[in-house]
Amino acid sequence: MALFTTLLLLAAALAIPGLIARTRACLAGRKGIRFAQHLYDVRLQLRKGAVYSTTVSALFRTAPSVYLASAIVAALMIPVGDLRPAIAFDGDLVAFAYTLALGRFALVLAAMDTGSPFEGMGASREALYGALVEPGLMLTAATLALVSGYTSFARIFAADATGDLQLAVLLLLVAYILVRILFTESGRVPVDDPRTHLELTMIHEVMCLDYAGVDMAMIKIAGWLKSAALAMLAANAVAAPLGGRWWIAAPLSVLLAGLSIGVVESTQARNKLVRNTTFILIIAAMAALVFFAAYLLRLNIIVLE
Amino acid sequence: MNYYVTDNTAPSIPLADIPEVSYAAFYDDVAARLAEPRYHVAHYFALPDGGRLRFFLLLLDDAEGRVLVASHAMEYYDDMPLPSLTARHAQMHPFERDIAERYGVRFDAMPWEKPLRFPHDRFDRRSSMDNYPFYSIEGGSLHEVNVGPIHAGIIEPGAFRFICNGEQVLHLEIALGYQHRGVEEAFAATHNRLRQACLAEAVAGDSAVAHAEAFAEAIEKLSGRPRPAELDRERAVALELERMAMQIADTGALSMDVGYQLGQVASEALRTMTINTTQAWCGNRFGKGLVRPHGTDHPLTAEKAAMIRRNVAEIARRYDEVRRDIESSPTLLARFEQCGIVAENEMQRIGGVGQAARASGLARDIRTSHPWGVYARELHHEPVVMRQGDVMARLAVRSREVARSAAYIDRLVAEFEQKYAAGESPCAAPDYEAPLAPSSLSVGLVEGWRGEICHVAVTDAEGRIAAYRAKDPSLHNWLALALAVRGEGISDFPICNKSFNLSYCGHDL
Repeated sequence: MALFTTLLLLAAALAIPGLIARTRACLAGRKGIRFAQHLYDVRLQLRKGAVYSTTVSALFRTAPSVYLASAIVAALMIPVGDLRPAIAFDGDLVAFAYTLALGRFALVLAAMDTGSPFEGMGASREALYGALVEPGLMLTAATLALVSGYTSFARIFAADATGDLQLAVLLLLVAYILVRILFTESGRVPVDDPRTHLELTMIHEVMCLDYAGVDMAMIKIAGWLKSAALAMLAANAVAAPLGGRWWIAAPLSVLLAGLSIGVVESTQARNKLVRNTTFILIIAAMAALVFFAAYLLRLNIIVLE
Repeated sequence: MNYYVTDNTAPSIPLADIPEVSYAAFYDDVAARLAEPRYHVAHYFALPDGGRLRFFLLLLDDAEGRVLVASHAMEYYDDMPLPSLTARHAQMHPFERDIAERYGVRFDAMPWEKPLRFPHDRFDRRSSMDNYPFYSIEGGSLHEVNVGPIHAGIIEPGAFRFICNGEQVLHLEIALGYQHRGVEEAFAATHNRLRQACLAEAVAGDSAVAHAEAFAEAIEKLSGRPRPAELDRERAVALELERMAMQIADTGALSMDVGYQLGQVASEALRTMTINTTQAWCGNRFGKGLVRPHGTDHPLTAEKAAMIRRNVAEIARRYDEVRRDIESSPTLLARFEQCGIVAENEMQRIGGVGQAARASGLARDIRTSHPWGVYARELHHEPVVMRQGDVMARLAVRSREVARSAAYIDRLVAEFEQKYAAGESPCAAPDYEAPLAPSSLSVGLVEGWRGEICHVAVTDAEGRIAAYRAKDPSLHNWLALALAVRGEGISDFPICNKSFNLSYCGHDL
């Protein structure tokens, strides 16, 4: 069972970048590259060795492995609809948030390690946005815990409480917030632009400037897994009122992430960097409101009983 | 003080007719005139003349369309420093730096003796490209970010040194001169005029037509031979096509830099269509080979005229949609508005020209103030002026100029169709052998897409080009970019940079 969940998540992780590229190409009136081009790119990078600057220490060399490991562990905690994930324990929603944070921490340190002013700039931005996005993620997790009464993702989405249609609106809002967190965490427009060639405007990309070959491939794969984990969470929240079956949640996660990111990246400009903080704080504010609404609803339900 | 007064359509000036005055008189008068906003310096350069160094200043009077030529000289052994005009009028800085760098002339009280076209101080043997002393500010909370001279993208070399407080830029120093090509010397090294025309096209690759036109103007003024009005019209069509192509390309580039895909791909497609129109006309997408002295190798034909009108109308219509899309998109306006502001008085002070100056409210446009050819006779161009001086204003100037250029092209080509579509073109083949007036100075002033382009040719006693000076508008406007990013976030530097889109090679020559 857990193996099947993991395979579904992996499939989603591999499909999302392809769907994003295809959506963007369609909206730009282009034919677009083949669906699996990103896989070929990564295969190419995996075949290459890695080159290191003479100024970097072991910190820089280990960071991609730590980043990838943290993304894998985090992804393994995410259920697909009603399917149990590989790792599930009480309180894993807190562990999920901080496993992601660990990966970010490793990458930020590695960027500082290079001594390049660009990377230092990127590291400071990533650290700031990482810190700002945390309250949003924690409050959303807390909302899920509140409405279901459990602190493990596996139990939350398997529980009857989340299937309650009364909570559908709440869960939709949770999904919306999670998609916005996904935009921030995976460095997409309007927060960051993964396509840009301008080092001065980069956030996530600039931290990886000194990586090549295998290391770069690990960072990319970790990014896909991170996106898929968050997209799957959002899809689970949407699917829960519909019965929460895995065959709804899995395709939904790909569509949700692929289409929303593709459409936003084609039709919108990036934020001015200073407005990113506003964007992320709004996520936190919405998460707080949803949490509060969930709390009120729960009080009401108890009174009714 | 004495000036030789001319305009942009008058023939060349015999060197003997340019009054030579003392530096004191020159300094006082130029300093007084530059205080008035109607005057700005088009060129100021020095030429060795026997044992002496003779200085020429071209002062443009925007109000009356005059070109004032002043001159002073110094003897070979004069080593008295000249009082610096830059100290009073910052717009003189590139010219005084150039003269100091070329001839070792010292200017007294020069605010900053920064090399202009070399990445180091030529007269100091210890100085090299590696140890150029960038301007620095002390402070624990400040940090420096260096970009270039080898850029990550495949563009030209230039170093940008930012001094930042966190994300905010306090100061930007731009160091150019990494590709000193000796273009001006190459003009005088050959007497093959076709080669010189090709050289003019290579001054700045994105303004090939404009520079070729400035060269042709300078040469035709020296030969004094009249040219048919149709040749002027065709040159104007070429110039406006180049303007359209570049303004559209920059709209796309600005969209790309803020991650707005639709604006980017639409503009790129339209820009391709524009340069392909030029290619279908003359065989080169950038219009190289289209403008030649005294004639043209590619006269318009009825089919080409119809093709140009059809394409340009289509481009103008589709570009207008892109423009409306950008101007009505809140996410784009949030990026472009109030970003990279250069105030009008600053622009005036540093002598900004062209579209960047017009976006800051300074109505400087050679097509209006010093019209030549068809701009003097038929098109009475009104400059497109915006007041805000931000990235959006520069973009708006661009998009409005595209519409204006499309209308001009349509009108000029329609005129061709009425007059010559059935018969023979009145434009002759180019003439590379026409004799030039000896010992004369001639000025080619053209408004390229980026701004005012000024070419000066000086002939020797046999009527050969003895010295040549070419000025790309980038020379003035790089400083405007440095001012625009002060106080901005460092992440907004790329869009400020793109909104000016200045030329490295046009500066480095």
